[in-house]
Amino acid sequence: MVEGKKSINFLKGMLCLLPAIVLLGIFTFYPIVNTFLMSFKEGYNYLITNEKNFESWGFGNYVKLFSEGNNFPKYLINTMVIVFVSVPVSITLSLLIAVALNSIKPLQRFLQTIFFLPYVTNTIAIGMVFSVMFESHQGLMNTLITSLGGSSINWLGGNTQAVLIGEGIFTHPFFNAQWFTSMIVLLAYIVWNSLPFKVLILLSSLQSIDKQYYQAAQIDGTTKARTFMRITVPLLSPQIFYLLITSFIGAFKEYTSVVAIFGDNAQSVGQKNNMATVVWYIYQKTKEQSLSGYPQTSLAAAGAVILFIIIMIFTAINSYVSKKKVHY
Amino acid sequence: MDIRLVNLTRIFADKNSEVRAVDNLDITIPSGKLIGLLGPSGCGKSTTLYMIAGLLEPSSGQIFFGDEDVTTLSPEKRGIGLVFQNYALYPHMTVKQNIMFPLQNMKLPKAEILQRTVKYAKLVGIEELLNRKPKQLSGGQQQRVAIARALVKEPRVLLLDEPLSNLDARLRLQTREEIKRIQRETGITTVFVTHDQEEAMSISDEIVVMKLGVEQQRGNPQEVYDQPVNQFVAKFLGTPPINIFSGKIQNGDLYVGEEKIGTSTLEDQEVTIGIRPEGFEIDPDAQMTVVVKQVEYIGRDKSIVATNPASEKENFRIIIDANVEVKEGETVKVAVKPNKCFVFDKLTEKRVQ
Repeated sequence: MVEGKKSINFLKGMLCLLPAIVLLGIFTFYPIVNTFLMSFKEGYNYLITNEKNFESWGFGNYVKLFSEGNNFPKYLINTMVIVFVSVPVSITLSLLIAVALNSIKPLQRFLQTIFFLPYVTNTIAIGMVFSVMFESHQGLMNTLITSLGGSSINWLGGNTQAVLIGEGIFTHPFFNAQWFTSMIVLLAYIVWNSLPFKVLILLSSLQSIDKQYYQAAQIDGTTKARTFMRITVPLLSPQIFYLLITSFIGAFKEYTSVVAIFGDNAQSVGQKNNMATVVWYIYQKTKEQSLSGYPQTSLAAAGAVILFIIIMIFTAINSYVSKKKVHY
Repeated sequence: MDIRLVNLTRIFADKNSEVRAVDNLDITIPSGKLIGLLGPSGCGKSTTLYMIAGLLEPSSGQIFFGDEDVTTLSPEKRGIGLVFQNYALYPHMTVKQNIMFPLQNMKLPKAEILQRTVKYAKLVGIEELLNRKPKQLSGGQQQRVAIARALVKEPRVLLLDEPLSNLDARLRLQTREEIKRIQRETGITTVFVTHDQEEAMSISDEIVVMKLGVEQQRGNPQEVYDQPVNQFVAKFLGTPPINIFSGKIQNGDLYVGEEKIGTSTLEDQEVTIGIRPEGFEIDPDAQMTVVVKQVEYIGRDKSIVATNPASEKENFRIIIDANVEVKEGETVKVAVKPNKCFVFDKLTEKRVQ
């Protein structure tokens, strides 16, 4: 009896899950498997429809990615810079903003709305605003800097009269001073763009912390800084960890922001593709053809697999660390 | 060090109304005693406690610790330890870290911090639990940790907000003895707040009964129980609660309804009479008749649910010795012990006899 009921329940459950499983299978699992396979096919050409459309199995595509003259490693470094600067900066900033917002009474709702506005604004639109703000001739930032007595900064290139920050330090032909100033703009944009969601999450969990912890801390004469570090941050740690994981993954997949500020070619004036990221590269390779007229999808696949593995490793490290540091 | 509250008032106001949560409270809490602030919810007892702690500012009036006026002093400068109703233990810290936390704020040397932590953990009997997290403790154990955390900085005053309300009945009994022991051992002036009269009476050296922000009566628990100043205090103290009857005084005699239960020196008037459940005796020669509806055996005593037309409620309770024979449905005559019977003015509810 009970056994029969169990199997009926199992069937019912499966039936309910079926549409999702089918859709995930078609649009997620099959592409993942296929990407893996494709990345190991050398000389793959999907335009050939007869039985044998690749030359051999092997690591050729991966070798190509890291071989002399391929810019993929540079894009990988760009991506890493974005991940390791924008994530900590945006989480720290949003934590401070959330605590500040939580500690004021008047206008709290109003300010909360203001801080959330960028979230509902189009990414590309904000990107265009940023590229205008940081325009190297008469952009808002340069106007501000010059009116304060500084000299214009050549943020996005194209203004030979303006200063480049980091000149003399960034002397690599690819990672040069122009790359550095452009990266500042890109990071500022990414951080700005990711703040509202984080502030929202942190603020709502801040508001759910029992006030008595703070009263207890106050009675014990705890300083503000210590209360923040020893009570607020640990109590928020599940949310901080959640944001850490999701923004790490998001930053690894950064693409839209690059296109929004630097256009399809991901270039700040002076150097081609110097702002490109891994996802940008993958997307390019799905469209591009090699000099000999072959599609380069298997290179894109290899790039995607590398990104996938890196994200896996980082998520694993994150969750290992979180077991020790997060208090649920 | 004693605590003096002088004309302490706290008003909570919003656009449409204001509430005098604490109204002109004047209390002196003697040094080294355990005082219970007692009253139903909304009587201002917690507000008073929080004002002593410094977490709430009084609207007017003053608070003195000894000779020092602490009214405008911030909580951390008052030298108090507060145990919150739900303990407010930091969930991410171990018991040890919780107890150490106030000491670390004081920037004491490490050795002293450890030594004191262990000392107070021992005092409250949780020295084996130092490495656990609060979540892994029972309610009673959490309570002890909270007390240790409050005591470890050796405050001048210990404040407890409803210390027993989150514990089950058996633990409550045990914990209240524990609180009393800890208070005796440390000799610290202690104020605690409760709505449970039994709890207040059992451990306090003195209780203060409050109603709607106003002090009703203060004194040692037995004295307040035996000599309530008004109907509110009489009703609030005692389980089962006191039985209220409408009655009168006529020609020097005291009547419940039309049945004489005693004498009075007051002039003729309508009165309210309160008789404690243990204030009845079965006596065939007495005049007051009651109908026994139900008899409950509660071990040492017998509890009787009875009716009488003059009773304020439909039923009232009598507690008598378990040996006395009473049957359900029976009508019996009862006498009233004069010291368990209080006469209140019908309008002002003040006790007149």
